[in-house]
Amino acid sequence: MIAQQLVNGVMLGAIYVMVALAFTLAIGILNFMNFSIPGLFMAGGMATWILIHRGVPWWAAAVVALIVAAAISLAVERLSYRPSNEGDVEVPLVSSLGFLVLLQSLVLATVGSDQQAFPAVLGDLNLRIGGLVIGAAQVLSLAISMVLVIGLTVALKSTSFGRQIRSIAESRETATLLGIDVGAVIPRVFVISAVTAALGGVLFALNYLQVSPFMGENVGFKGVAAMIVGGMGSVWGAVLGGLLIGVAEVLSIRLFGADTVDIAVYGLLLVLLVVRPQGLLGKPPAREKL
Amino acid sequence: MSGYQTGVLVILCFNIIAAYAVYLPLAANQLNLGIAGFMAVGAYAAAWLTTELNWAIAPAVLVGGGASALVALVVATPILRTQGIYLALATFALGQVISAVFLNLEVVGAAAGYQVPAYAPAPAVFAATAAIVAVVFYLSRTRFALYLTALKNDATVSELLGLNVRALQIAAFAIGAAIAGIGGGLYAHHFSFIEAQHFNVALSITTVLYVLLGGTQTVWGPLVGALVYTLLPEVLRVGAGWRYVLFALFIIGFMAVRPRGLVTPDLGRRLGAMLMRRARPGKAVP
Repeated sequence: MIAQQLVNGVMLGAIYVMVALAFTLAIGILNFMNFSIPGLFMAGGMATWILIHRGVPWWAAAVVALIVAAAISLAVERLSYRPSNEGDVEVPLVSSLGFLVLLQSLVLATVGSDQQAFPAVLGDLNLRIGGLVIGAAQVLSLAISMVLVIGLTVALKSTSFGRQIRSIAESRETATLLGIDVGAVIPRVFVISAVTAALGGVLFALNYLQVSPFMGENVGFKGVAAMIVGGMGSVWGAVLGGLLIGVAEVLSIRLFGADTVDIAVYGLLLVLLVVRPQGLLGKPPAREKL
Repeated sequence: MSGYQTGVLVILCFNIIAAYAVYLPLAANQLNLGIAGFMAVGAYAAAWLTTELNWAIAPAVLVGGGASALVALVVATPILRTQGIYLALATFALGQVISAVFLNLEVVGAAAGYQVPAYAPAPAVFAATAAIVAVVFYLSRTRFALYLTALKNDATVSELLGLNVRALQIAAFAIGAAIAGIGGGLYAHHFSFIEAQHFNVALSITTVLYVLLGGTQTVWGPLVGALVYTLLPEVLRVGAGWRYVLFALFIIGFMAVRPRGLVTPDLGRRLGAMLMRRARPGKAVP
């Protein structure tokens, strides 16, 4: 029974991995705590649901939802990130929180606050291995998130675009001096981050057969926790953190009941922030002064 | 005053109190994203005192504020080791943990919520708000506020000049928490019912948003932010759902064109100069 819980935890963790990945790209490359990501996660799941209701095939709905999320993310780049390039970190953080409130309340005002049932488009396919039951949607989300992680690692390491991104993360001025078109690279980073988050939202809907305006708040913020636990800016940290949070959540539901999840997850986060703020796989932060 | 007007004013009061609870740590460069947790501590402590121990409301609310400050003091030492974004996230996590703890605390009703028989009428809320605003305005004229500004502008230089940066940070954090706790206690006794779900991350976030909308460089900013946030949707008569849409658009637009908030010292100076010109026509200020 505990093995089944571990499997469920890892599968839930796969979703957190995607959100954590979206956050970690924004903070690692742009030093931007992009709080619109939980909103994009919700927008991904919600837009897919709305389109399916209008009769669009589910895979087409998912693709359109990802494009919508990417477009919103470009607006975040234009309105939250770009105006405050030289300012302190608080202004873009707050402005992106504004986007989160905007997305959430737009859905609340148009669709309502109810949790909506998402159709089981993948049917009732289940893999049975030994005594374990693994759903097709679970396998799909784990596979997609792993492909994304490995793809990102390879792309960052050995493509020209990846080198450009890493040099911007290192020093924006030097990157500009070396002839990198920073203004063209950054929007692409926003699009990648948004598509990752929204894909997480779509997979969440496929897995748990539900969407709601608050799904970003519930799941997206655990993605923040996952990112910090793993280490900000580290891709593999996001993987480790996401899986850890997923397992911690499922186990605490199993052992202590559903209401204790937030104590377990955010308590873990709080302790880690105090003891080891750079996270499990992160590098210690460089001190700016002294 | 009609019931509707009183209702709006009471909401305004709670928003103003919350705004100053966020403002004080922010004046010391600490973004507290867990203010709802501190409100919950004050609300539940005060409600428990009046309900179970039959205390009068006023001392119970004050002790609630004290309890909230105490929690802040206990967590301040570890939490304030973190800085910037880490501090914001640590307070965020703390807020989540506190409200989750109350969600599981059987003594105060757990998930079913907590009934509070003792009732604080609207005038009491107005008076308490006025007192809190007066205290914060008084603080803003003391050297303490000056120290916080120095700390906000450059913590290293402040330390070199002999300020006890840690003590100041902890003080700002704890005073903010005390105000939040008092606000929470009043809330519990005015609405006669509290539930842990009310003190959620959305409450923390919207409060921070309207404080920054107002601006944190002057003591007037949070007041203006709370006024705009509370009254603008009432004036525009938009439905409950759309008010947050409007508010969010306002925030995004404002942060793009005026990232320092509505009220800045510069605005104060320009208004002053304008009034001077009015008073003495012909002698234009260059």
